[in-house]
Amino acid sequence: MRTYIIKRLLLLIPTLFGITLITFFVVQLAPGNPVSRKLQVGEGIKAETITQDIVEQTKKLYGLDKPIYVRYWIWVKQIATLNFGRSYTDHRLVIQKIEEKLPITLALNIISIFLVYTISIPLGVYSAVKQGGVQDRVITFFLFVLYSIPSFWLAVVLIYFLGGGEFWDVFPIYGILSPGAENFPFYKKALDFLWHITLPVICLTYGDLAYLSRYQRGSLLEVLNEDFLRTARAKGLPESKVIFKHALRNALIPIVTIIASILPAAIGGSVIIESIFSIPGIGKLGFDAVLSRDYPVIMAIATISAFLTLAGILISDLVYVLVDPRISFEGRK
Amino acid sequence: MNVQVADGAQALEGYQKSRGYWATVWMEFKKDRVALAALGVILLLFFVAVFDDFIAGSKPLVLKLDGKIYFPVLFEYKEFIDTDFKEVSENLKKGDFILFPPVKYSPTEYDLLSVLSPPSKTHLFGTDDRGRDVLSRMIHGTRISLSIGFIAVGIAIVIGASLGAIAGYYGGAVDFIISRFFEVMITFPVFFLILTILAFRNPSIYNIMIVIGVTSWTGVARLVRGEFLRLRKYDYIEAAIALGSRDLRVMLRHMLPNALAPVLVTATFGIAGAVLVESALSFLGFGVPPPDPSWGEVLSQSERYVDFAWWLVLFPGAAIFMTVTAFNLVGEGFRDAIDPKRKGRGF
Repeated sequence: MRTYIIKRLLLLIPTLFGITLITFFVVQLAPGNPVSRKLQVGEGIKAETITQDIVEQTKKLYGLDKPIYVRYWIWVKQIATLNFGRSYTDHRLVIQKIEEKLPITLALNIISIFLVYTISIPLGVYSAVKQGGVQDRVITFFLFVLYSIPSFWLAVVLIYFLGGGEFWDVFPIYGILSPGAENFPFYKKALDFLWHITLPVICLTYGDLAYLSRYQRGSLLEVLNEDFLRTARAKGLPESKVIFKHALRNALIPIVTIIASILPAAIGGSVIIESIFSIPGIGKLGFDAVLSRDYPVIMAIATISAFLTLAGILISDLVYVLVDPRISFEGRK
Repeated sequence: MNVQVADGAQALEGYQKSRGYWATVWMEFKKDRVALAALGVILLLFFVAVFDDFIAGSKPLVLKLDGKIYFPVLFEYKEFIDTDFKEVSENLKKGDFILFPPVKYSPTEYDLLSVLSPPSKTHLFGTDDRGRDVLSRMIHGTRISLSIGFIAVGIAIVIGASLGAIAGYYGGAVDFIISRFFEVMITFPVFFLILTILAFRNPSIYNIMIVIGVTSWTGVARLVRGEFLRLRKYDYIEAAIALGSRDLRVMLRHMLPNALAPVLVTATFGIAGAVLVESALSFLGFGVPPPDPSWGEVLSQSERYVDFAWWLVLFPGAAIFMTVTAFNLVGEGFRDAIDPKRKGRGF
């Protein structure tokens, strides 16, 4: 076990290296550097007054006067100590900004993933038990429709109908807390938060329902064909016990591990949904950073979310090995 | 006795006429009526994409003026470079005639007097914030969406199949390095990466195709790699190598055809994904540059005028939904057809 974990941890290094390298070069080789951007935005300086001197000074300020591989090396050395530099837009430490926003995005996604699991596992089990029946087909069809609806479209529709458009004004469509909510007592604040994130969470959740419940259905169907279930039925166990005690336990294993592949998509999905609902999370931060070419923030988000994903994959692999003794540490690739 | 002979002959006949692989797949596919209907929808979308100028545009299909016949949609005429055909149609002489496409607005032609007007007889799907005809923009957007979907997926297949083939064929250190590369791509928040690249390059249709293609090849690569790792151990591959075939020939002729069907299934789902990504990008303002029409762009206007412009929400949403569903259904039917055992196992 220990050697397996060490091996996996060592494999993280080249992957992380690749992630930083790709982000760095994508961003750095792009036309339109932050110097010219900064100077344009700068406090009302007219174009003619920007002399070569100022350009050079600004470049030096941001360390952009050095060759690219030196800059990459400096950056890697910095992030090894979790120093992602300062944001170009407001000069705050990038890591501080991310610390502020990450909990919001994580909260959204954890709630969403929790909902996905609690809804889709029963749905998947139900349609596996009723395989081929009317209920199964209705569920399949309904989930398929959900699967193909673009989340940003649903967001617009939900805002239109429930967010004070022409129809009901049930949910807020902006931010995560009402103005002045900082002073609310805890339970009221929590309710306010849940009220604000209802619509975004719906948008983040419904698409994965189809995927996961189909997956659950497939994995349960596979287990249902196994010999030990025939034995369980043959010895006279009630069907509910056969399904829930014998079959489901085995069928849950692949479902648990798939959580790792949901994570990276979650950050990407958050970009759109957080921007639409103005939620101050990582997705919105990333979107704003892209708009203002805030290199340090972009690179920090890419690196940190890739790292979280890698950690997720690692944990789910380890859990897989732990819960299923049929899988050996060495045999798995 | 006679019966037996007849049986034998029939069996032989059946053998000679044995269907090929793709014919069998098609037979299986046809059984799934939903998938077949979805294929019909895709063909219809293709038709719209190819003939969009004939369905919606401000230039007449046929024009007879002063006894001469013109086809302004098909050809450019020197005499009509600055002509407003609407005026021409109002001042027609006797014996002349003009035939417009069913939707007689071009996707970029704006009319500031009828901004954001709801669906009516003149504008079936309403107009957008510059008074452009939404139906016309949607029809012309079909071509853009489909071509981005197909070309992006084409790029993804070429990259994914090459990398996967090399990794699976050579194995060892090569496989190790390429596999790390897969891992990097998988851990990236892809949509964020696409957004970043497009923000730095000037957004053009070609850049969108390339960026989506370059960031979405991992599915194909893993599939091809797995198939090649499996095939590598087969005797017929050993035989082909022993006979002196070059590596490239073995890979392309003897191994790749085995992986083709699952790759095409992945590609079908990939097109649905690419159409979705394109519309999301256009929705956020990083997609197809104006004034070119795109479904996502029409939808993005609705966000600004959400209080009343429901037609800007409904129609592009329905178009995106229909396209994505059609490709997903065909992908699903196709996947069941190449592997009937997994029928109904879902995505």
